[in-house]
Order: sequence, then structure tokens, then C-alpha cells
Amino acid sequence: MKQFQYIRSVSQKAAISAITQEPKAKFVAGGTNLLDLMKRHVMTPERLVDINKLPLRDIKEENKGLHIGALALNSTVAEHATIVKKFPLLAEALNAGASAQLRNMATVGGNLMQRTRCPYFYDTTTPCNKREPGTGCSALNGFNRMHAIFGATPHCIAVNPSDMNVALIALDASVQVSGPKGDRIIKMQDFHRLPGDQPEKDTILDKNELITAVTIPASTLTHNHYLKVRDRNSYAFALVSVAAGLNLDGKTIKVARLAMGGVAHKPWRLTAAEQSLQGKQVSIEAFQQAADIAMQGAKGYGHNDFKLKLAPNTIVEALKIASRI
Amino acid sequence: MNTFFKADEPLQRVDGKMKVTGAAKYAAEYVLPDCRYAVLVTSSIAKGRIKSLDTKAASNAPGVIAVISYLNAIRPPGYAADNEHPTEPATGGQPHRVFYDNKVYFNGQPIAMVVADTFERATYAAHLVKAQYIVEEHLTDLNKNLDKGVLPASAKKNPKSPLADYDRGVVDGYKTAPVKLEMEYEHPAEMHNPMELQAIVAHWETDDKLTLYDKVQGTQPTQQNFAKEWKLPPENVKVIAPFVGGAFGNALHNWPHETAAIIAAKMIKKPVKLMLTREQMFFMVGYRPGTFQRIGIGANRDGKLVGISHFSIGQTSSYEEFTESVLQQTRMMYTAPNVSTRYRILPMDVSTPIWMRGPGEATGAFALESALDEIAYELNIDPLELRIINHTDQDPERNMPWSTKYLKECFKLGAEAIGWNKRPLKAGTLSDGPWKIGYGMAVGTFGANRRSAKVRAKLFANGSLLLQSAVTDIGPGTGTAMVGIATDAIGIPADQITFQLGNSEFPVAGNQGGSSTVNSVGSAVLAVCDVLKQKLLEMANQNMPEFKSATLEQVTFSNGGLQLKGGSAKTTIGDLMKKSGSADLDLIEEAKPGPEAAKYSKYSYSVHFVEVRVHSITGRIQVTKAVTCADAGKIINMKTAGNQMIGGVTGGIGMALTEDAVMDHRFGRYMTKDLADYHVPVHADVPHIEVRFVDKPDYIVDPMGTKGIGEIAIIGVAPAIANAIFNATGKRIRQLPITPDKLI
Repeated sequence: MKQFQYIRSVSQKAAISAITQEPKAKFVAGGTNLLDLMKRHVMTPERLVDINKLPLRDIKEENKGLHIGALALNSTVAEHATIVKKFPLLAEALNAGASAQLRNMATVGGNLMQRTRCPYFYDTTTPCNKREPGTGCSALNGFNRMHAIFGATPHCIAVNPSDMNVALIALDASVQVSGPKGDRIIKMQDFHRLPGDQPEKDTILDKNELITAVTIPASTLTHNHYLKVRDRNSYAFALVSVAAGLNLDGKTIKVARLAMGGVAHKPWRLTAAEQSLQGKQVSIEAFQQAADIAMQGAKGYGHNDFKLKLAPNTIVEALKIASRI
Repeated sequence: MNTFFKADEPLQRVDGKMKVTGAAKYAAEYVLPDCRYAVLVTSSIAKGRIKSLDTKAASNAPGVIAVISYLNAIRPPGYAADNEHPTEPATGGQPHRVFYDNKVYFNGQPIAMVVADTFERATYAAHLVKAQYIVEEHLTDLNKNLDKGVLPASAKKNPKSPLADYDRGVVDGYKTAPVKLEMEYEHPAEMHNPMELQAIVAHWETDDKLTLYDKVQGTQPTQQNFAKEWKLPPENVKVIAPFVGGAFGNALHNWPHETAAIIAAKMIKKPVKLMLTREQMFFMVGYRPGTFQRIGIGANRDGKLVGISHFSIGQTSSYEEFTESVLQQTRMMYTAPNVSTRYRILPMDVSTPIWMRGPGEATGAFALESALDEIAYELNIDPLELRIINHTDQDPERNMPWSTKYLKECFKLGAEAIGWNKRPLKAGTLSDGPWKIGYGMAVGTFGANRRSAKVRAKLFANGSLLLQSAVTDIGPGTGTAMVGIATDAIGIPADQITFQLGNSEFPVAGNQGGSSTVNSVGSAVLAVCDVLKQKLLEMANQNMPEFKSATLEQVTFSNGGLQLKGGSAKTTIGDLMKKSGSADLDLIEEAKPGPEAAKYSKYSYSVHFVEVRVHSITGRIQVTKAVTCADAGKIINMKTAGNQMIGGVTGGIGMALTEDAVMDHRFGRYMTKDLADYHVPVHADVPHIEVRFVDKPDYIVDPMGTKGIGEIAIIGVAPAIANAIFNATGKRIRQLPITPDKLI
């Protein structure tokens, strides 16, 4: 690991100041991803600003919605009684991610910021546009089993690895950030970006901005399921995952929320598919139709061609389990 | 719940507490005064030459003592010359000579080493070493080069070698059968990934005396290898490895990093510690070679096999010929009159593979036992029944009797425990909602090997017993088994017996490998106990009037003493030795296989039964039940033996469903090289595993009647799972691992 300066900040202001002073500074909280990347020289910050002492761990209900401090641990959120009861998608998604040990260290803010697990990104001996812009994408014609089928470009076909993000985007969450220019709220939909020709940028977050909280509006979803398909039954990233939430009135779908993980550079909200379900009766045919709509524009890159079938199957299955038909 | 417990509680692991409390010391944990730390720099190309090596920044980094590479490394005097091909130690060919010249033979090859005052500083400086290469075209893709396979050199030299082409009856006789099938099977390279990383502390005590704290499966084989490499008398090399945190075969060979550490220690004249990273464990310490197999199988309508032809080609490195016994089970397991086997290897620009649990046999069994299952459906015969139809009461390969064979008992035990009668004869017919349910089984076998071994015994005047052997314990509980054998033999309570191992200065023992440790070293424990008993009896004869004319048959050894059978006369060993004025007894005994053993074919057998559920929409696979049955001879300790079976089945689940060392052939480099990307099974993948032992002795193999467990525990697990998946879904997957994408 390259040597770096370590600063522990005790206030939000001090933290933002500490990161603003050094161009190659990074915030660190749980460190479950950043430290790995530093050990591999994939990320080489000159300064780490430790924010663990900031008072950002609160989880509270606000206007029937939810406010989750950026430093709330993944395990704390997953086990939080209100979340388990009212936002089960989030609890299920968190529990589907990583391992118990990692969830005990990783924070909500850190989870939002975790980098892709593309093996070429991690291997500094191979070209990777995300790690070293301009060197090329090794995954494009390489081992791309885990890679994107939506929104990819020849510059990068990596996926966002988070399970939590999939639930958050389905729940219309927002990210509260604070920076030297003030505070702002970013909709989850806008927070992560597609690779375009700048795959080195995962999010629209400014370098000096600190995530302070995630908020989720009141949920009317009555039927939920987070379904993750993976190569082993725990501690594996999603081949495909689906967050499905429905508000059912009898058999009628009043509201549908759908998002996918493991398919794009960002958590992938399926808005058109949601609309197709609205007002329909729950049925396999309706789910299948929604899945077909969701898959429009999907493209495989070889090893990941199976996702073109697995993804719609998983959408149907998640909806089926959520709606209990 | 441990269902493998028998009525009498087995001896608990003698070192269990040490292991779970951290008291057990592993190679990297030895702290020597003035020790320095070495970290390897590895190549990023698969083949070529190093054009230049920039070590300046590394040399100037804080704490760095030396940057060592082919440019400045001292050469071990015993390095083989170019084109010299010794056949020792573990494989044919020439082990990689680290830092010998600027040639690169595989991606991830050590090309330099930084030695520093701390591990962290060495790690940092290693990153600063920059190499430039003259890249040559590499060959790493087995499946695209199947026609380039060669017969191993040992088979060329010796047509009777088990690796040579074999024909029984008519070549490709299966083709004449009324029912015949031809299939291709393959699996990728698999990495051992023991929990303990490969590590060594090398210490030159003097210019010609070397001590190694090393992660190895054999202290004395390692001693021999390095004595040869450094042209030292073997007694000048001491190898210490009392605890090994798993190995599964990858420490059966001495690897470049070990020589590198010894070179560093020699050059800086201080002890040097070197531990590989998890990523480096994928590069240079062996693996189960990716293998492609082709099988032709033919049978009569009544299920009698007419013939099997089995071809296998596995990868090896360009500098060493690694071979393994892939085709043995095909030659000896079934009665087929026409059997042909062809074994080939393909030298490629990769590092040398090494035996991985159930080596070769696990590979071969995947193809053979899948093929049996495939033809069973074709014949509409229960696959278990098919195996009984083709059961053979003598070895059809060598035309010799079996020493013992209780395979049919295994069938019975397993079929009952899994509920084989619930298995649908027709595939894809049993389901529970979206879940398809299926049952599968397969057979495994491995030679019941035994080597000569010696054990030292020190019987102290207080009646306690110390035993010593150079053998290692890579996890099966060797010390526990040996204490069990000794307490049974001489009647000294287990808590008064200590078994010391893992030191090359202790009496002769080979590698812990090939399921042979209990057979070999256990026999020596028994032998040394027999001599001790004789000596104690003589003392009693001379010093205790009641025992004056007693023979061994008339005396019971129990509770730490001797007692006349049917009489009341007794003494503790301590009292007897005191009364006799005897000093501590100290003796070494050897035990070796006798000539009688050569008249038999000797094998252990396993039969694995599994139940799987496959999700019809998402392809998710769950092994929901596993029953593993073994004819492994007499079981010395039900608990540790059961642990071995459970571990083997778990490894087999990995082989079947998750493990895949994916190489990007453009770079000739592994892309799944950490424990997040290379999937070993986790608890959620492993069901409760039920273990059943036949537990009948085989006294041809050794005087305890044991046959060996470690290998058969995994051999046959992968095909049992593949067969169950077919039974559930009607989909036959012949390419491991079987992942969800293959089933949707």
C-alpha cells in the first residue's frame, strides 16, 4: 500500500475542509472496499479523511419516510425494526450482500460509493478505462460473465456491485450531500451514472462532497421481494438481482416498483416495466410482459449472454414471489 | 448433530484447543530474532524475457535491504543445468529455478524479491519494481489445443506405467454394443486455497546449516529437496512444520517462493520470512489441472457393460511434466471386457499443477461416473443397480484379488440413508413448486497406500509416553489418530500420550498425502508399542513374582498398567519401571508393508448420494442432502474420520458447482484470483452431510486394518451432484462448474 496521510475528523465541517485541501484525498468509513483497492494500488489517495467519528449514524422515521445517517452500518440498517417492517426491500437487499463480517463494518454511504468488481479493474497489469482512462476496456472482449447488459459503452461494461443500491432506487431514495458549496439532495436515480466515455466516474458526487444521509419517502408497497441470483448462495455478487415492490388492492396492481442489479453501471430502475404493470391484475402473463419491456435494449457481450434470459426470468420470479401467486 | 459418532465417544482432537485458541503456531508465526521480510514481485506476462528491471525506486524505499532478481541473486549450487531433466522430486522435468535467468514461463512468475525490515515496507517497495518485457506468443488454452497432447515421458520410457496407453479386450470395443454413448467432459483449473497461505521462514544457522519453518506436507521430502538444491548433507537441513493450516496437496511440492526465501536469507545473512499473498497462491503453488475427457461407453440391454474407452488430457507447465491418475477407476472399477484408456498432457505456458485432493481420480470419476449415469438412463436401469450389475469381485486390471472390498455395503448404507427409493426413474419429473428435485449417486476409489515409516517412543518412568514422527498434519487429526492407536495398543490413557510431529529430525515419514498416513505411520506406532509391551513384560517377568512366567497373551495392558488375565495381580507401568530400576525407555521402530500385500489389489471406496433442488426459473442450485459412505477399512477415530468425509464432500460441492479458475487467454492470466471471485462453497451451499462407514478392517493393508479416507471423501462427489441435477432437470451438464446460467 502506498503511504498516505490519515486524518480523523470529528465534525462535518472539518471533514469537508480536510478533503478540500488535498486534491487526492478520500473519505473513509468502513473501508471495506477502499482499503482493498489501496492494497492493490487501484486507488492511491494521498490522504484519508476518517469520518467515523461524525454524528451520522442515526436511523429515524421522518414524515413516515426514513432518514438513514450515512455512517449507519449495513447490518444495523438490515436489522432495524422499522426498516424490516416498512421497507423490507432494503433489509432483504442488504442481507443479500457481502458477508456478516463485512456488513458489520460497511456503512450506507460507503455502500453507495463502492466500486465495480470487474476483475480487470482490480488487476493493475491489465488495461482498464475505469482505473486508467484511455487504456481500453479488457472486459469488452474478455471475461465478462459478471458484466452489464444495459447502458454499457465500448469504454466500459462494468456493473455497479451493490445490492443496497437496487433497493434504494426502487424505493425512490435520495442522497443528502454536503460540500464546500453547501448542501444538496441528489435523487438515487441520478446519483450513479452510466459509463459513457468517462467510466472513471461512478457517480455525480463532487470529490469534495460528503454523503450525510439517505432518505426514503413513505412507502405504500404492500408486497415486496428482493431476489438475487448468484454463483454461490452467500458472499457472491449478483449475476442478476431484482427488487420488486407492489401495492396491491386485491389482485390489482396500484403501484409497481422494479429495479435490477448486476446489469448496468448503475442500479437499473425499470420504469417502463413498472408502468406496464400499473392497473393490471397480478398474473404471470403481466409479469412476463413487464419483463419483456424491461429487456428492451439489452445487449450481451459473450460470457454474459445468459443474462438476457436470466434477467427477465428473475424479474418474473421476483414479482411472483412478491405478489405470492 | 454429528450422526457419525458411534456409541463409544471417540478421542477428541488432541490439538483442538491449541488450534481454536491460537496457541498452535503456523509457519508465518515464527518470530526469529533479527528476522527480515521478503515480498515477491511477479510477472505480468505469460511468456517472454525480461528486457529490463528497474529496481532503483524499490532499492531507495524506506527500510529496504535488498532487491533480488536474476540480475544479482546467488544461485543455489544444486540448480539443474539447462536442459537437464531430473525426474525427482514430485514430478518429471525440472522445477522452476527462481531468479535463474530472465526467462518468463508463466504469468505471475516471481521475477524479483524485495527484502526489508518490515513486511509492510517490503510490500510497498515490491510495487515499485518495474519490469519491461520482450513478449513471446504464449499457449494457455487447453481446449483449443487438444490435438497437441503428448504421452508423459515416464509412460514413453515404461509401457507398463499406469500412465501408458492401456487396452483390455478389443480397442474401442464399446462400439460393438447394442447401446452406446460418446460424451465429452471438462473442468477448469481449480485452486487448493487452503486457509493458511504458503509461508516460510528461512534461517541459515551457519554457512552450511539451514533451518526452515515451512508450510509443507512432508518435512523430510522438503529436507531432501533443499539439501539437494543447496548441496548440503540432509542432516544440515532442518524442516519444522508442526501445524499446517490446510494444504489439500499444494504443499506436496517445493515451490519457487521457498527457494527465494532461502536465497534471500543467504544473501543478507539473516533469517527471512516470506508469505505469499492470496493472489500469489493462484500463480505458483500448483492447482488441479484443467482437464478435458472423452468417454465412449457401451452396454448390453441387460446392463452388462461391453466396453469403455476413456481419453484424458490435462494441462502441465512447459518445464515440468505433472501427471496424475485420472484413468485408474475406469480400468478397475467395472467388469467391462473391453477397456481402453489414453492419458495425455499438454505442456503450456502456465505454472506447474500439483495434486489436489482426490488427485486425478476425482477428475476421472467425474467423467466415468457421469457416463455410467448417462447410459443407465439409456438402458432404463437404476444407476445404482447398473453398478451392482457390473460389480467385480476381483481386479480386472491386474487380475488379482481385492484385499477387501465392501462397496456393496456402502451402496446399501447410502441408499437407505438418502431414501434412494424416492428417486424418480425418469428425469425431470419430481418437483416442489418451481423447484425441481433430483437424486444422484457416484462411486469413488483410491489406492490403499502404505509406505515404510519409523516412530520413536520414549516411555518415562512416570508411565507417560512420548511418540515422535517426522510426518505432518495438514488437518485430518494425525496426532489424534496416533494417540488413539497407541492408547489402544498399550493401554496408557490418551492424556498421558503425546505425539510430536512436523520435524525433519524425528523418525522417517513421507509426505502427508495419498491417504497413506495412518496406514504408514500408524503401523509404526503399533510396532513401537508392541516392542514396549514386550520390554515391560520382561521387566514384570524378572521383577514381579506373579508375572514370572506370564506371556503377552496372558497380560492385559490397560489403565496405564499391566494385569494378569483372570487374576488379580497388576501393576502400573510407573511402579513396574521403578521396581525394575529401569531408566526411561527410548526406542525407534520401523514398520513397512510385507510381501503378502503385493498379492492383492488394495483400494478404499466411497459412494456419495445427494439430493438437489434446482430452481426452474433462475437456475439456482441447492444441494439439500448428502450422504457419504466409505469402505475405508477400520476407522480409528469416528470423529476425525467423519470430519474428513465432510470436508471432502464440501470440496466436491465446490468442484461441482462453484470453483472456476478463469484464465483470460489474451494475457495468460487468471482473472478469478481472490476468495471473492474464486468461489469456494460457503455454509449456505453445504447441507447437513451424513457420514456412514462400513468400518471393517483390511489386514492386508496394515495391522490396524485401515485403508485411507482423505481422497475418497471427494472422489465421486462432483458426478453425484451432476447426476442428481440431471435427475432433477433432464439437463446433462458435462462442463464444471455447474452454475445457474447452464440450467436456465
